[in-house]
Amino acid sequence: MSAHQPGVAHADHGHHGHDDHANHGSLKSYTMGFVLSVILTAIPFWLVMNKVIDKPATTAFVILGLAAVQIVVHMIYFLHMDTRAEGGWSLLALVFTLVVVVILLSGSIWVMYHMNNNMMPAMPPDMPHQMHNMR
Amino acid sequence: MSDISTHTAGVAGFSPGADSSASFYVTEHHPENGTLLGFWIYLMSDCLVFACLFAAYAVLGRSYAGGPSGAELFELPVVAVNTGLLLLSSITYGFAMLESQRKRLRATLLWLAVTGLFGAGFITLELTEFASLIHEGAGPQRSAFLTSFFSLVGTHGLHVTFGIVWLVTLMFQLGRHGLTPENGRRLMCLSMFWHFLDVVWIGVFTFVYLMGVLP
Repeated sequence: MSAHQPGVAHADHGHHGHDDHANHGSLKSYTMGFVLSVILTAIPFWLVMNKVIDKPATTAFVILGLAAVQIVVHMIYFLHMDTRAEGGWSLLALVFTLVVVVILLSGSIWVMYHMNNNMMPAMPPDMPHQMHNMR
Repeated sequence: MSDISTHTAGVAGFSPGADSSASFYVTEHHPENGTLLGFWIYLMSDCLVFACLFAAYAVLGRSYAGGPSGAELFELPVVAVNTGLLLLSSITYGFAMLESQRKRLRATLLWLAVTGLFGAGFITLELTEFASLIHEGAGPQRSAFLTSFFSLVGTHGLHVTFGIVWLVTLMFQLGRHGLTPENGRRLMCLSMFWHFLDVVWIGVFTFVYLMGVLP
């Protein structure tokens, strides 16, 4: 056993050293993330400011998609998210949070949309349409 | 299999006669991981706060109450400059992290200062925008849209402000104690905080500003 000890200690050291390196990123990965982010930011601004796509709904879908891609880029290149960070617990916490966020956002929009459609009393025509939302 | 044997050997490293570096890594390294994971979980809870504010904006964002709409109020060029400032501050913080890994204190402090200046520029532009909105009579009390807008964007701005306070504090600590393991851990935490705020800003400029000016 004792004959193996130095070798084991060295392996342990190497393992942690490697982990540290993976966690902090490199000049290449930061630059890569930055370039991708600039592109993914410039496209939606260009799409909206120059009214490139006629249908607003299509534009909205495209820019939301690009935002999702850019969030993944930031997670990987700036926050150094991967399956090994903190033994996988970081990723698990992130996935759990994303599930809650999706339920929260889609649920709020869904419920409030149906409330507006089904529960709104008939309004006099000259009354602002949005008054019930003020509460 | 090899992982398990390494782990048991690491625990056995406390037995008499074991080489001291083994126990060093077992006892010293794990608390650091605990802090980083704990801070990540804090950030995830912060993410839920922002999700609630985003949900409120999603529901109320078109309730103008006869007041001005996003298309009339938002100035996209200013938002684009703001986005650029925050993105630049993210990469300069990355440079500070790289310099701290190389144990170069002066370069680390320099990049942190640049990051802080970009952050301060972001806050200045945002406060100017808020001031001009309130001056035009489009303050948070005008409509449900503006209430949810000021809550969401204001909360993000408040986070950036506290990030700058933390950054300045950390610069003083670095100047006093140098690149110690404790300061390295603090740099890592602030790095996560700062990049996380940039991630939230992606949601803000897309969902609030760009989609707000769409008809």
